Amino acid sequence: MRYQLIGVNHNSAPLEVRERLAIPESRLPDFCRDLTAHPGVEEGMIISTCNRVEMITHTTNGSADLRGFLHEHFHLSADELDAHLYEFREKDAVRHIFRVASSLDSMVVGEAQILGQVKEAYATARAVGSVRSQLDQLFTRAFAVAKRVRSETAVGSSSVSIASVAVELAKKIFGTLQGKNVFIVGAGKMSELAARHLIAHGCESIFVSNRTYDRAVGLAHRFNGQAIRFDDLYENCDHADIVITSTGSPQAIFRREHGEQFLARRKNRPMFFIDIAVPRDVSPEMAKLDGIFVYDIDDLQQAVSSHVADRRHEAELAEAIIASEVERFEARLYTLDVVPTIVSLQDHLETIRQAEIDRVRGRMGPLTPEQEMAVEALTRGIINKVMHTPITTLKTAAREAEATTVIDVVRKLFDLRDKDKQPGTLDSHKGKEKGTRHG
Amino acid sequence: MALLWLRFALACYFIGLIYAFFALTRTSDLFSRIALHAASLGMVFHFVSLSELFLSGHVVWASVHNGESLLAFFSMTFFMIIYAIYQTTSPGVVVFPIVFFLTFVAALDQQPVLLTSFVQHKGWLIAHIILIFTGYAALVLSFGASLLYLLQERRLKAKKASSLISFLPALEVIDQIGYRSLLLGFPFMTLGLITGSILAMSTYGHVDFLDPVFLLSILMWAVYMVMVVTRWNSGWRGRRAAVLATFAFVAAIVAWAANYFSTIHRFAAS
Repeated sequence: MRYQLIGVNHNSAPLEVRERLAIPESRLPDFCRDLTAHPGVEEGMIISTCNRVEMITHTTNGSADLRGFLHEHFHLSADELDAHLYEFREKDAVRHIFRVASSLDSMVVGEAQILGQVKEAYATARAVGSVRSQLDQLFTRAFAVAKRVRSETAVGSSSVSIASVAVELAKKIFGTLQGKNVFIVGAGKMSELAARHLIAHGCESIFVSNRTYDRAVGLAHRFNGQAIRFDDLYENCDHADIVITSTGSPQAIFRREHGEQFLARRKNRPMFFIDIAVPRDVSPEMAKLDGIFVYDIDDLQQAVSSHVADRRHEAELAEAIIASEVERFEARLYTLDVVPTIVSLQDHLETIRQAEIDRVRGRMGPLTPEQEMAVEALTRGIINKVMHTPITTLKTAAREAEATTVIDVVRKLFDLRDKDKQPGTLDSHKGKEKGTRHG
Repeated sequence: MALLWLRFALACYFIGLIYAFFALTRTSDLFSRIALHAASLGMVFHFVSLSELFLSGHVVWASVHNGESLLAFFSMTFFMIIYAIYQTTSPGVVVFPIVFFLTFVAALDQQPVLLTSFVQHKGWLIAHIILIFTGYAALVLSFGASLLYLLQERRLKAKKASSLISFLPALEVIDQIGYRSLLLGFPFMTLGLITGSILAMSTYGHVDFLDPVFLLSILMWAVYMVMVVTRWNSGWRGRRAAVLATFAFVAAIVAWAANYFSTIHRFAAS
């Protein structure tokens, strides 16, 4: 189990740092390939959302230089980056991935979106071949754990999401949302969710603008709204009281001068910008204008922090599930490690049995079918009885730290070392033993 | 007796004053209900006090202290109207201290000044006082709302989930309270000043343009008008509106304080 993970999230790094690490969806496959090509990395996958950027790897020796990868690819010095990074290995990495997929590590604990994002990241990495057996096992299990957490705890219910927080904040500004206009800039899923909440609370007109006009039309159609061409954004934006923006633009699309124009046209009626884009779509300078209220993804986190306390109990239950699942996963991996040895042992003893039967068959003369069956049963019974203790010991040892030692002893005792050694099997155990020390 | 009722009212308003300070630091539904009931009871005492003065047959309308008492009562009336519409006691944070101060001054035993009665045009005098005080009361509310707006705006900008955020109404609600008070108060203030000028004209045959009360009243009215116009045309809110409202409010206070040394209201003495 030589999993190694490095990353930043909303707790460890400010938005300014996350912005610089964010990887656009279109470049994710290349990054996955680069990560897998990095020295010491066997398999790699990248999760890049507005709240986190994480590299999850399976390495050859459990200690690949992932920091070096980040410094190299993001042109960030160690001073700028290292203080914000977290790194997990082995069991801790597994636990972290389970927590992320189960939305326990999310800005809004229990929100469902993260699971979809992890699945997308997994699909992307799998498509480029950077996820193979080891990460595949990990993530397949992580998805199952997320499902279990969701079904066995109430952590995902009474959703305190970005969307509901946005509604609450909008009410602090506008009082009632009846008759308010909403402008969605960038047709993302999160924007759509926020817009749905706002409509449910009385917002009326919906405008949608997206660089790809067809997507804007599609989304506007779903809301009975109006699609606006991206070029006409600034001419129309002042019609909206609430703007939800989540474009992939590397620069801010709303700057101070735009805010001044909007306010002048609106006779200074306040505007509320929900900026869920990373990098941010609204410049900090614009947020300073009187009458413009901007909440970016970090601000929303602050706003939801009070709600998080309500979920603490459910989160504790979920953490317990995660802990047991990590143990199970670990045990299962170790069990998988002993399987080749068990198979080798069975093959080895079967070969001996066959050889011995062939050797004595000549002396015994022709046997009746009944006698043949009796000899088969007798020899198999002896072999099974001989194998029983070593196999049981191997399976038991698989869950313990001394698994490697037991495997080695069994291989030596039965002379399995050379002829039956499967590529990677023993090496992987040695690697695992080294790696375990990191945990 | 009127003074005694007024002091009862003052005691009730004192609870409102405590609430105003309390509300700045924490939220309590219970306390806001207590403050509201105390303020209502205070208004009853206050009304009795004013009625007694009126019914006593003494023409005391033009007393500075009675004027302050009347202004405090009007301000409370505005506060209650706003409460009835918006179900919020938050303007009390500003209104209660002002009302308490006015009532406190009015409830002082000593009546230092002075504005003795003007019997010839009693109807005009009453109209002048009621109009101008309604204008003043609206200004108090508008000033209070602009401060609360500023406070809420700052809190929302600071993005801190504090108790005050939950205590204060939504930004647009505060804005509406301020704007409606402004729109309502302006005609009263204008008519009040016109009736005052007519009274002065009929008394002296001219208006003393250099009298501090007159000058400050005109200044206050001008700022009031600027507030209405800038709001109407450009939708001025927040800091700019608060600066104007504060300016108008200070002008109003100074104009009122000027009564202590101006001669314009001492009709009978002339």
